[in-house]
Amino acid sequence: MADAAHDDHHDHGEFIAHHFDSAEQQFDSGKLGIWLFLVTEVLFFSGLFVAYTLYRNHHPEIFDQAHVFLDKYLGGLNTIVLLFSSLTMALAVRAAQLGRNKNCGIYILITMVCAAMFLGVKAIEYSHKWDIGIFPGSLFALNYQHPEPTMIAGISDYLIWISMIPAILLVLFSVASIVGLLTKKTVFSKLMLGMAITVGGYFLGVFAGYSYMEAIMDHGDESHAAVTVEHDDQNIHMVSMTIDDEKSGAGHDGDHKEGDHAHAEGDHGHGGHHEQAYDKHHPDPKSLSKDVKIFFSIYYCMTGLHAIHIIAGIIALAWVYWRCLLGHWRTDYFGPVDYVGLYWHLVDLIWIYLFPLLYLID
Amino acid sequence: MVDKTQRNKIFGTPETTFLNHSKGFASWAFTVDHKRIGIMYMIGVTIALFLAGFFALVLRSHLFSFDGQGLPFYGKLSNADYNQMFTLHGAVMVFSFIIPSIPGALGNIVLPMMLGTKDVAFPRMNLASFYLWIIGTGCLLAAILFGGGLDTGWTFYTPYSIETDTGVIYATFGAFILGFSSIFTGLNFLVTVNTMRAKGQTWFKLPLFIWSLYATAIIQVLATPVLGITLLMLIAESTLHIGIFDPRYGGDPVLFQHFFWFYSHPAVYIMILPAMGVISELISVYSQKRIFGYSFIAFSSVAIALLGFLVWGHHMFTSGQSVVMTLIFSAITFTVAIPSAVKVFNWLATLYKGSILLNTPMCYALAFIFLFGIGGLTGLFLGALSVDIHLHDTYFVVAHFHFVMVGGTLTALLGGLYHWWPKIFGRMYNDTLGRVSCFLVFVGFNVTFFPQFVMGARGMPRRYAQYDPEFQIFHQISTIGAFVLGFGILGAFLVLVHAAFYGKLAGANPFKAASLEWQSSSPPDFHNFTHTPILNDPYDFDALVYDEELDTYISREFADPAKVPPRKEPVHH
Repeated sequence: MADAAHDDHHDHGEFIAHHFDSAEQQFDSGKLGIWLFLVTEVLFFSGLFVAYTLYRNHHPEIFDQAHVFLDKYLGGLNTIVLLFSSLTMALAVRAAQLGRNKNCGIYILITMVCAAMFLGVKAIEYSHKWDIGIFPGSLFALNYQHPEPTMIAGISDYLIWISMIPAILLVLFSVASIVGLLTKKTVFSKLMLGMAITVGGYFLGVFAGYSYMEAIMDHGDESHAAVTVEHDDQNIHMVSMTIDDEKSGAGHDGDHKEGDHAHAEGDHGHGGHHEQAYDKHHPDPKSLSKDVKIFFSIYYCMTGLHAIHIIAGIIALAWVYWRCLLGHWRTDYFGPVDYVGLYWHLVDLIWIYLFPLLYLID
Repeated sequence: MVDKTQRNKIFGTPETTFLNHSKGFASWAFTVDHKRIGIMYMIGVTIALFLAGFFALVLRSHLFSFDGQGLPFYGKLSNADYNQMFTLHGAVMVFSFIIPSIPGALGNIVLPMMLGTKDVAFPRMNLASFYLWIIGTGCLLAAILFGGGLDTGWTFYTPYSIETDTGVIYATFGAFILGFSSIFTGLNFLVTVNTMRAKGQTWFKLPLFIWSLYATAIIQVLATPVLGITLLMLIAESTLHIGIFDPRYGGDPVLFQHFFWFYSHPAVYIMILPAMGVISELISVYSQKRIFGYSFIAFSSVAIALLGFLVWGHHMFTSGQSVVMTLIFSAITFTVAIPSAVKVFNWLATLYKGSILLNTPMCYALAFIFLFGIGGLTGLFLGALSVDIHLHDTYFVVAHFHFVMVGGTLTALLGGLYHWWPKIFGRMYNDTLGRVSCFLVFVGFNVTFFPQFVMGARGMPRRYAQYDPEFQIFHQISTIGAFVLGFGILGAFLVLVHAAFYGKLAGANPFKAASLEWQSSSPPDFHNFTHTPILNDPYDFDALVYDEELDTYISREFADPAKVPPRKEPVHH
């Protein structure tokens, strides 16, 4: 023992860091590390879940009134997308464990596309809410005509603004991919192509969400050909609700009459099943508690933080994808895919909790 | 059997060490070596300590007179300035100094070496932790430079923190970042201790410093994320008014207190547990006696970590909690005293019949036991409901937590620095001057904070810029003590800095300590050990013998068999 010289030449594989004795030790350390990281993530979200629980307990009526603004079909679509991405992530881990880099890359790519698609649907949801004045906190100013929320027709300006970043990224990645192809940097080119396809997933999500919104609006407004954006203040009577709105009582009668009148017309026009579903997302703002905005604060905090985790997940997945292209994964070295996979499952799991808590309150 | 050149190579004065194996700014700024990161942490937290200490002296000077003493070069502090001073003192001390001090500086250097490994499990994350510390501290200080100061108290209580126009957002963002720095350190330590222990080093062969760092890391990983989300919500509240904490928008301000203390009470144990670990090492080594009740001390660390999560409500006895909750929190608060007392009694039992060496680290260790004893026992006063109603938000509370945080953690940090300094820099400090500094710290500390118990019990509220003249004498004694304490701490650091450059060579193991880090050269090699260290019991001092040639203690296995004296106590394993 005493004469044992310091052994600085272990059987170090290509990817074993100098301070680890073996691949197994490195893998175990990484695995424990990622699990602990996931524990911190759960606790990080826990504050918001506690806030949710407390306010739902103290003010159940807020949650009752506010959740109808969320569309459970869009939320459900995102749930399915994320569940599917968890499946492809698990398959990617399996492929990496078997050292099949190509298969692993394909599965990772599908996972990334699903992640971006989730964000696309989320962009539709957010932009629709902003259109009718559902902003977080003090910016909250519910503002649409009841029962015909005309402002939601057409493509939202907010959606265009949000989509700027993915659009720019799409162009950049595509150009980079072509440049890579021309300069014979194959791996780089493939990586950029993969990222461009990923960003394409975002637009797929936007398209899916937009088509859905159009569909329910078409059904809801068959007889109202004129339902488009009409920014004529004299024709459209806006019912606005802000937190400082003290004189809503004074204008209450007049509003009510017009509302009744419009509603009667609407009923007369079709009164079908879709009309109800359509209307359900846009109840009379006057009937709502002024504290409904707390629900949306919690909604934006939770889903926003979750969306940030999705974006972080895409970046982590892109790194793993790149290493797939480099052919790094071997049967004795696949740790990073495993770790990113665990993270991705957690992000999925958090959504699995968020969806019923926020969308399925009834 | 013993190869002399081999022995000299291991325990002699090394030519290349982690300090000189590479040079230049980049070799430090981008290092992933845990020892260099530890030294950078050491420098960082020292700067934070002196900065926050400066704020403290400004406070104490102001309080010298009941209506505010004029300060040299500045004049009288306004009440608003005073509020900023105590807030910055608290925020910088807690978030930038005490929490990262022992784990970041001493733990980083010592933990991997005690495990006989080359580095922590995630070296780059370790470096990231330090850079997050810099960014977070920078954000805290940005509150002064760009945010117009900070006057909420370090606790950022709502609703005031939402209403004030000072730099709450900068400061909370800084604390958020510092939280992640802390999480990174804790996560790294947990994984390192789990997966990278030396071959054959089972859990009960670990030094107690490791146990305490492990317990600390559990808290860092489990509690800090909650602070993170709380501070994010506070930032969202003050920018967007999301209505979770702000009563004007339907929120609940006491909810913030619950969230905040769910982290910040366990954080108190993040501050004190590593200190307890240091003391366990020091008491045992300088008594040259096996630590008494090893497993009790080990498990009491874990018990403190777990119980620490269940007592946060005792900060809100007067915030309108229900009676049942206050009763439960009070009861659990008392139970924390049990594992803490277990430690103190075991340290005292270790001292009994030990061959005590009263050098500088041991002086600090003894000071710790005395000061922590007072700090801990006065905590019981505050945990008792009826007494707390009277003492809440008085100087009694201030004195209590300073006895634990300064008398405990800072004293242990200094003791630990003196203990491991010869290992880290390979040079010995001036023991006489070290002990003088310890004496000044001890006397200065008691003069500062003991009067605060008295005036607190008589009703002097904390955080007041002006006060009733009847308390002036106590404040004046306290201020004088604060300056003595300040000089003591400054002196302690000067002695250490002098030693790092000009001290005489220390040798590999000058204190006859048995844990693994002493089996490396001083300063250690870049890879910590140039040989595979021999695993022995960290508290079996009989395993070491004096080597005249090298003037240091070495393991029996390396000594000349002809000169090795027989073992005094049986080998345990």
